[in-house]
Amino acid sequence: MKKHILPALKLTVVMIILLAVIYPLAIAAVGKLTPGKGKGETISVNGKVVGYANIGQNFTQDKYFWGRPSAIGYNASGSGGSNKGPNNPEYLKLVQDRIDSFLVHNPSVKKEDIPAELVTASGSGLDPDLSPAAVRIQVKRVAAIRHLDEATINALVDAYVQKPLLGLFGPAKVNVLKLNVALDELH
Amino acid sequence: MNTELTGVIVTFLITVLLAIPLGKYIAKVFSGNKTMLDFLNPFERFIYRMCGIDPQKKMDWKDFLKAMLTINLLWFVYAFFMLLFQDKLPLNPDGNPAQTPDLAFNTAISFLVNCNLQHYSGETGVTYLTQTFVLMFLQFVSAATGIAVLVGVLNGLKEKTVNNLGNFWSIFVKTITRILLPLCIVMAVIMAFSGSPTSYDGKDTITTLQGDTVNVSRGPAAGFIAIKHLGTNGGGWFGANSAHPLENPTYLTNMVELIAQMIIPIAMIFAMGIYIRKRKFANVIFGIMTVGMLILLVPTMVAEIHGNPAIAHLGVAQPTGAMEGKEVRFGPASSGYWSIVTTIISTGSVNSMHDSSMPLSGMMQMLGMMINAFYGGCGVGILNYLIYIIVAVFISGLMVGRTPEFMGHKVEAREIKIAALVTLLSAFLVKGGVALAAYFSAHHPEIAWAVKPSSWLNNPSYHGFSEMLYEFTSSNANNGSGFEGLGDNNTFWNVSTGIVLILARFIPIIGPVAIVGLLANKKYVPESAGTLRTDSITFGAMTFAVIFIINALSFFPALVLGPIAELFSR
Repeated sequence: MKKHILPALKLTVVMIILLAVIYPLAIAAVGKLTPGKGKGETISVNGKVVGYANIGQNFTQDKYFWGRPSAIGYNASGSGGSNKGPNNPEYLKLVQDRIDSFLVHNPSVKKEDIPAELVTASGSGLDPDLSPAAVRIQVKRVAAIRHLDEATINALVDAYVQKPLLGLFGPAKVNVLKLNVALDELH
Repeated sequence: MNTELTGVIVTFLITVLLAIPLGKYIAKVFSGNKTMLDFLNPFERFIYRMCGIDPQKKMDWKDFLKAMLTINLLWFVYAFFMLLFQDKLPLNPDGNPAQTPDLAFNTAISFLVNCNLQHYSGETGVTYLTQTFVLMFLQFVSAATGIAVLVGVLNGLKEKTVNNLGNFWSIFVKTITRILLPLCIVMAVIMAFSGSPTSYDGKDTITTLQGDTVNVSRGPAAGFIAIKHLGTNGGGWFGANSAHPLENPTYLTNMVELIAQMIIPIAMIFAMGIYIRKRKFANVIFGIMTVGMLILLVPTMVAEIHGNPAIAHLGVAQPTGAMEGKEVRFGPASSGYWSIVTTIISTGSVNSMHDSSMPLSGMMQMLGMMINAFYGGCGVGILNYLIYIIVAVFISGLMVGRTPEFMGHKVEAREIKIAALVTLLSAFLVKGGVALAAYFSAHHPEIAWAVKPSSWLNNPSYHGFSEMLYEFTSSNANNGSGFEGLGDNNTFWNVSTGIVLILARFIPIIGPVAIVGLLANKKYVPESAGTLRTDSITFGAMTFAVIFIINALSFFPALVLGPIAELFSR
């Protein structure tokens, strides 16, 4: 073992310089050319940053479209899911509470039409998206409170539906923050 | 739903289509043939000169192992102390604290052995210095260690009778400069342009549209995400791993990350076929492994797309399947696919929370890790499969009444003993560990520890047992994913899984090297009509049966107490 120690030590130093210094710094340099300049892409309203494009936010007011429940309250200094098993009685009670609360705020919606993603927590706790169906089911509530007609809002939602990748791969989705920013700009 | 299925199928097809040329390239690199990256020759010579390495020097199997173990030991000491003192070192913009000794032990081991169990969260448990200088560094070198050992083993199988497995240092350096680093640079650039952060800025504070104040964790994650997948490591920059929207921002990056974690393990199979001039042998192995993957994959995807029956019972619709712990941008099909890929490949990154998977999926994920040889981790997947082959050679030899042979060498008692030991070890480590944890959890729930066993589990009943079973299975497979509800950052779990990690990494590496080292020393027996051919489909099916029987005998009782009981108890 003795004869290997010196080469091992030197090789470790060389590899640290190559892999932990040169490599990430080179990527950081490339990152400066990207849309978010390597710091994460932000969204601004009137010159003020209101959020990160990819990071979901907590929406509780009726005038906004709500995103998914979050196990971490959408605080992006951390991340994570509920880690509740599918048959955990405590968890199922929580889901039931979310269903009841959703029905109170959206009285015209029938329970069997609520998509499960609106009452289940995401994996990261920061899911920025919803499926188009989960957005459309909220249109009536948002339209009523904003005194706008549903057609206007439906048209806005349509404009914000992101199709599957190349129209072929993966689910369609709507970025809830971007949609809500656009909603505020309607007035 | 259809676009989700096409997404999965196309992702797998692209992986295989890219793995074929990559396999050819890898075979060229280690044969010393001309490649596109030969302009790196002077750079590699410079490294050898700096480090006092003679790349031509031959190593027998013992010397080869000694070199590998020496440098691994060094990395462990380095990583442990860096994590222990990270709060006093630079590049800590968020002011994160030092790791406790038991956590530092677990973290250092788990990144050293290519597992990345992560009993901390990336946002709070490490600094930018330890993320890059320790964890990312170990992600590169642990993957390169696995590949280098496999190449050493192949060197032993390639020639008729040989004492030389090649030079560990030179194979290791080439793995980094010719394979891992170039691929990582390409992928990191894709990640950066897709929205993963690259800068060293610390947390940002923003006021949201609704008026809440929140912090947003960031950091140079793009390069880390690249090696975490290409090296089949799996450790996340952020706590939520690849479910985090900065670590996996779009469906495109999801495809890239899926391809990246699978491409080297599959390419190594093809590379092996070319390198040891036994393409049919390699193709049969690829076929068996793919069949194995599909058997685990199909039920998982069906269960996830179908949704959670308990949620259906509450009366809501599940048009997008079981969504607890999943992200909208990936959907249930791709999340189910990922959960199987990451467990058979030993990556252990996640894009959905496995703790919230359906019971059937949870079982398939655990089975993937128990078998740990359907493609498997960088280098080590094939080494694990090799052990199954040796057992299969032995059993079929007994069945037909011939001396077992493999690659023109007689397989005798010593080799079989080593293979049996390696096989039995994993059953012992997993079930021994779970038995210990379950004992404390059931009989001493209020024992006077800092974290009492009564507060370990996040779910009651069978699912709680599954959380413990999954943790030891993941440690033993050097996988790193978890049923993350388990409260695992405490002395019991940090130390017990740490010990399992070391044993389950190095014994299954030392075993095959020793077997091949011993075999390669023996007289070459030319193939004849009486030789049991190891490259036939029949023998492939035989190996599959051996894999099935060994794992069923080892793990079925444990699975019955966890996911199977949960599945049938509703």
